[in-house]
Amino acid sequence: MVTLSHYLWASCILFVIGLIGVITRRNIIMLLLAIEILFNAANLALVAFAAHRGDLAGQIIVFFVMTVAAAEVTVGLAIAVLMVRSLKTSDADQLSLLKW
Amino acid sequence: MITTALFYLFAGLMLISALLVITLRHPVASTLSLLVSMFCLSGLFVLLGAYFVAVIQVLVYAGAILVLFLFVIMLLDLGKDAMTRTQGHVWLLVGFAIGGVLLWQLRTIVNHTVDGSLPPATAVQGTTEQIGQLLFTQYLLPFELTSFLLLAAIVGAVVLSRKELR
Repeated sequence: MVTLSHYLWASCILFVIGLIGVITRRNIIMLLLAIEILFNAANLALVAFAAHRGDLAGQIIVFFVMTVAAAEVTVGLAIAVLMVRSLKTSDADQLSLLKW
Repeated sequence: MITTALFYLFAGLMLISALLVITLRHPVASTLSLLVSMFCLSGLFVLLGAYFVAVIQVLVYAGAILVLFLFVIMLLDLGKDAMTRTQGHVWLLVGFAIGGVLLWQLRTIVNHTVDGSLPPATAVQGTTEQIGQLLFTQYLLPFELTSFLLLAAIVGAVVLSRKELR
């Protein structure tokens, strides 16, 4: 019998995998990919709770999360392209212009 | 029984391919591995009765976002060592430590605040009709606001990626 806990566990482990990816990778494109994993973990938890409570609002939120993720990736990848063109590197650490 | 087997198949494959995303050296391989993860997640959505969400998961993520990722990776053509660099071993340890602590905290939350022993209700069916009805009545304002968000994202991306940006 698959219960709500099973889905929440899958979501938790997926979130932790994404978090480790964000912390350990250095390339800006890889960071964006790991952030997508985080979004997906949150979406899985939302849909699991929506099914558990019998409330469709959770699935509506997932729809909006996907829209925001699409917008975020579009702008993020444009910034990555611009960064590689101007700084000649794709290390997220090199974006230190505002540091003093 | 078939649902249980499908759950373990999809969840296991999803976690393994997510792990491959953050460990594989080549960025194109990482992206394709994330594609496998997204398809498995879409299968889990179907098991939970979220049919519309499952379809837009495939359409939006696999069809649009990951293709954009592949396009940018190939456009930049950074060379292997630039793309595969990771933080040092200290950061790897820090990552696993934070991940372990977070997993422990989540375990407490899952065990103590939710009555997770119940199976997810299958009465709620997220078909296109049901979702559409909610989206165009109760959630009409946020739905319209997302169009502004997407417009802002389009304009931002176009302005940022112009070549003669000064």
